[in-house]
Amino acid sequence: MKRVLTGNYAAAYGATAAKVNVVAAYPITPQTTIVEILSEIVANGELNAEFIKVESEHSALAACIGAQSAGARTYTATSSQGLALMHELIHWTARARLPIVMTNVNRALGPGWSIWADATDSVSQRDTGWMQVYCENNQEVYDTTLMAYKISEHADILLPTLVNLDAFFLSHTSQVVDMIDQDRVDAFLPTYAPEYKLDIDNPRSFGSLTSPDHYYEFSYKMHKAHEAAKQIIPEVHAQFAKEFGREYGMTESYRCDDAEYLLVTYGTIAGTTMDAVDRMRDKGIKAGALKIRYFRPFPSEEVRSILKNAIKVGVIDRMISFGHEGAFFTETKAAMYGETVPLYGFIAGLGGRDVSIKDIESMVDKMQAEDPSNLIWIGVKE
Amino acid sequence: MTKKDDQKPIVFEGASDMPPMSASQGSMSVNKTASWRSIRPIIHEEKCKSCMICWKFCPEPAIFPTSPPTINYDYCKGCGICIEECPFDAITSEKEGK
Ligand code: SF4
Ligand code: SF4
Repeated sequence: MKRVLTGNYAAAYGATAAKVNVVAAYPITPQTTIVEILSEIVANGELNAEFIKVESEHSALAACIGAQSAGARTYTATSSQGLALMHELIHWTARARLPIVMTNVNRALGPGWSIWADATDSVSQRDTGWMQVYCENNQEVYDTTLMAYKISEHADILLPTLVNLDAFFLSHTSQVVDMIDQDRVDAFLPTYAPEYKLDIDNPRSFGSLTSPDHYYEFSYKMHKAHEAAKQIIPEVHAQFAKEFGREYGMTESYRCDDAEYLLVTYGTIAGTTMDAVDRMRDKGIKAGALKIRYFRPFPSEEVRSILKNAIKVGVIDRMISFGHEGAFFTETKAAMYGETVPLYGFIAGLGGRDVSIKDIESMVDKMQAEDPSNLIWIGVKE
Repeated sequence: MTKKDDQKPIVFEGASDMPPMSASQGSMSVNKTASWRSIRPIIHEEKCKSCMICWKFCPEPAIFPTSPPTINYDYCKGCGICIEECPFDAITSEKEGK
C-alpha cells in the first residue's frame, strides 16, 4: 500500500510493521513526531505494544534495555542532545548484545542551538559497537528499519542498529512510501526469540563483574559479530529484494563504473550528488557517486574496489571531527590504504546549511585544480 | 572446565565456549565472594527473636531465613548491615583472621 509519509512517519510505520513489543522514547525536535504517531498507533490498537513514558532519553534506552533483556522486541528514537544523553546506555546495549533498533534523526549539537541536519550526533557514537545505517529517502527509512531488526537479531550478530535520517530534509518532508502488507512482513521477520534472556525458569546473571580473563574475549566476539554482519547484511538485502523488489547494499554506486571523479557521501546529500553527477556527465565530466549506507560495520573492501580506479576521489561529510577532518573521509582514506588515488575531504552543510548541486559541482572543480588542499570547506562565509 | 548439570560450562576457557554477552549461569557456585571480608557477623541464638530483619537487609543475600537465621560465610562480605539493623543486638562482629 502506497502512502505519502514523512521520514519520521516512515520510521514509526517501519517499527509498527516489525511488531515491536515495547516502545520507550522521549520527544526531541525533530524526532518528536515519531513518538507522537507511535503513541497514537499503540493507543488505537494498531500495534499491540507497551508504550513506556519516560522522563529522559537515558531512561528511554534503559527501559528498552530492560524489556529487550526480558525477550521483548523494542524500539526507541531520538536525536542530537538526546542521543548524547543516552551515551552510557548506548555502550551498554551493544555490550549486552541486545538487538535494539533505534532511529536517530541526525541533528546538530548545541550550543549554538540548532535543530537542523548534521551527522555529528551519530558519528560521536562510532565506537559503541552499534551498527549504523544512513538513509537517503523515506522509503529507505521504512525498509531499513524493517531489515535492521532482521539483521540485528541474527544469531551470529546480536548487535543493535542505529538508523539515521537527516533532520527536516527527511524527518519532515513527505514522500511516497510503499508499505508492505503485514503478512508478508511477518514471513520476512519472524517473532524475536532470543537464546539468552531474563527467565525465572532458567535464571542467569546478566552484566556481572567481568575480569580481564573474559572481557577481552567479549570484545573480540563483538568485533567478530561486526565482521559476520558484513556477510549477513548483503544476504538480508538479497532476501528483501527477492520478496519486495527493492534493492539495497552496504553502499550504493551511481555511475561509478567508468567514473574519473568520484564523490563519496551519505544521507540526503547522496541524492543531490547523484543529480550533480548527471549534470556533470551532460557537460562531459566523467563523475560518479558512491553512497555509503553502513558506517558500522564499515564496508572497506567494497569501498576500495569501487574507488580504486578513479582519477580523484572526494568525500563529502556533513560533520567535522574537530582537529582532524570529516569521519567518513577518515574511514574512506583508511579503506584506500596502499592505493595511489588522491583523496580530498569536503566539509559541507553543517547545522543544516543547504548543499546544492552547484556546491557539489564546485567540489569536482576544486579536485581538478592543480594542487588542492586535502580538507576543503564548502561555502564558508570568511 | 567446571560444568553444570546440563554440561554447559560455568567457567570459560576461551571465546568459543563463551556466550556472546556476560550472561553467566551457575557461576556463583564456583565463585566464592567472601575472601575480602574483614569482619565476621555472628548471630547469638539466645538473643535472636527470628524477626528476619537481618535476612531482609542483607544485600548479598548471604542470610538464609531459618530460625534462627543462618549466615553463609562463603558469600557474606562483612558489610555489617545485619549488625546495624538487628533490633535486638543479637548479631555481633568479630575481627576476621585474628
Ligand atoms: S534481625 Fe536480629 S533478631 Fe531478627 S532474625 Fe536477625 S538476628 Fe535474629
Ligand atoms: S555482614 Fe553484610 S553480607 Fe554478611 S550477613 Fe551481614 S548483611 Fe549479609
